[in-house]
Amino acid sequence: MRLVGRRLALAIPGLVGVVVVTFLLNRALPGDPAAFFAGPAATKQAIDEIRVKLGLDRSLPEQFLYYVRDLGRGNLGTSLTTGQSVVSDLVQRLPASLELTLAGLALAVGVALPVGVFAATRPGSWIDHVARVVTTTGVSLPVFFTGLLLVYVFYYLLGWAPAPLGRLDAFASAPRTITGFFTIDALLTGQPATAGAAVRQLVLPAVTLGIFAMAPIARMTRAAMLGVLSSDFIRTARAAGLASRTVLFTYAFRNAMLPVVTLLGMIFSFLLGANVLVEKVFAWPGIGSYALEALIASDYAPVQGFVLVMATIYVLLNLAIDVLYGVIDPRVRIEA
Amino acid sequence: MTGFLRHARYVVTENPVTLVAFGLLLFLVVLAFIGPTIAPHDPLATDTARKLEPPTRAHWFGTDQLGRDILSRVVVATRLDLAIALGAVALSFAAGSLLGSCAGYFGGWTDRLVTRVMDTIMAFPLFVLAMGIVAALGNTLANIVYATAVINVPFYARMARAEVNVRRDAGFVHAARLAGNGPARVLAVHVFPNCLPPMMVQVSLNLGWAILNAAALSFIGLGVRPPTPEWGIMVAEGAAFMVSGEWWIALFPGLMLMLAVFCFNLLGDGLRDLIDPRRRT
Repeated sequence: MRLVGRRLALAIPGLVGVVVVTFLLNRALPGDPAAFFAGPAATKQAIDEIRVKLGLDRSLPEQFLYYVRDLGRGNLGTSLTTGQSVVSDLVQRLPASLELTLAGLALAVGVALPVGVFAATRPGSWIDHVARVVTTTGVSLPVFFTGLLLVYVFYYLLGWAPAPLGRLDAFASAPRTITGFFTIDALLTGQPATAGAAVRQLVLPAVTLGIFAMAPIARMTRAAMLGVLSSDFIRTARAAGLASRTVLFTYAFRNAMLPVVTLLGMIFSFLLGANVLVEKVFAWPGIGSYALEALIASDYAPVQGFVLVMATIYVLLNLAIDVLYGVIDPRVRIEA
Repeated sequence: MTGFLRHARYVVTENPVTLVAFGLLLFLVVLAFIGPTIAPHDPLATDTARKLEPPTRAHWFGTDQLGRDILSRVVVATRLDLAIALGAVALSFAAGSLLGSCAGYFGGWTDRLVTRVMDTIMAFPLFVLAMGIVAALGNTLANIVYATAVINVPFYARMARAEVNVRRDAGFVHAARLAGNGPARVLAVHVFPNCLPPMMVQVSLNLGWAILNAAALSFIGLGVRPPTPEWGIMVAEGAAFMVSGEWWIALFPGLMLMLAVFCFNLLGDGLRDLIDPRRRT
């Protein structure tokens, strides 16, 4: 618990930096939002009034103080395009993004760990080489391109997947919101048909993200396993006559997981970015597509809110990873 | 030098994939230079009578929704895509190595400041930050280069800092200082060149990533504007046709993009084997 507290304290400067950078980025945005909001027919006076209303007439430090105060109150401004508060828009759309990202990550970890371990136990074999080429290909695949290929094969050619248009097809209605994850909500409210439909919509985008994240995890697992397997304590364990399964999973795997868990932080950074692209390809109504729509309409509050939310999620994820690290490696806890 | 060559030959024969990567690189560079002269058609010429044609003998990669020849567009785009990536990586290499080596060499508040700024950049999901930067600075090609450069700087800065740090108190550095060299000269002439090999591996791996990143930005509609041929934007244009079966519009630019990234990733791995056999993965 003290460890968690310490890590939380360490995350604070990161969050402060994030707030400052988002603020600066969004004050530099092109286009005059006051003029945009007032519409093309507005008079100079009307534009000025709106500028005052939006607080754009004040100096930068002043604007920053107002911004921080609003953040403290949970106010991220109003989206000029949807007319709703950015917070409510984001809250409404966030579960869609999280559901997608977590599904993708679970898939990637589920496939990559066994592949990595398998390749490491047989270095230099053809399986190892195939794994190397396949994972390098995975890193090289632009995530939006993978998504499109999957759509073409599984929707157009085979007809197995539904149209890449959001979280549910037009005939199904969304389940009552409990967690915001359609698949889980539908199961909780006893609508297996809806859950099935939601899963069908989720599979392709999740696989797209999964393929993207799989490669680095598999590579790192392989490298870490190779390193651990050649170390002295593994030789000792083998010499002591332990079963190879025990050596592999109890001794080697747990140690090999440390660099992999560290890497997860970087993977999350990529996944959250890739999420935006996948949401665009699959018309997924998450916060990524929300930010894109706002960007094109030069509507800055949602973009600011989006970058802030993403960065906050990322800082929190890194925090979780640090804690997880402590769980896997007790030495970290003692040092802390 | 002969030892290095022998090692290089050993690496290449041991791992023929690296040789393939070098071949690919050569192909891409040649294409970037002579692309516009060998393209069979004008990449911007529209021909609405022949729109959405699947690959034929006249148009090897088919035509898009305006009847433009996709092969020509893909070939001509090579120069732009490589230039964006190269520009971004060169900028971040320069900025990152300057900041990082100063931080590593001088330590103290320089180090703290640089590390803090780099940590702040890394606190963002990098692609999201790049989106934010392009949105903030304006939706132009130059800003895509800057945004891609900014999100890559921390990698170089951290690496340069670590590499300079371990060499700061090495014997030859003390000798150089005793010989009367100023700190800037010691850093630039004696310390930094020794840090270059691992940095070069990073450059190669980064190039692939920079290409992906720039293409992804133009895929979501930032930076490059139509009708400029660029791989990311061509995939975006073809995206809508994927669901109705016109696969060739998005496929070919996507494949080229993949090939380029693949080439730089393999090359990075190969270079790493060449320079530091211990880090082989």
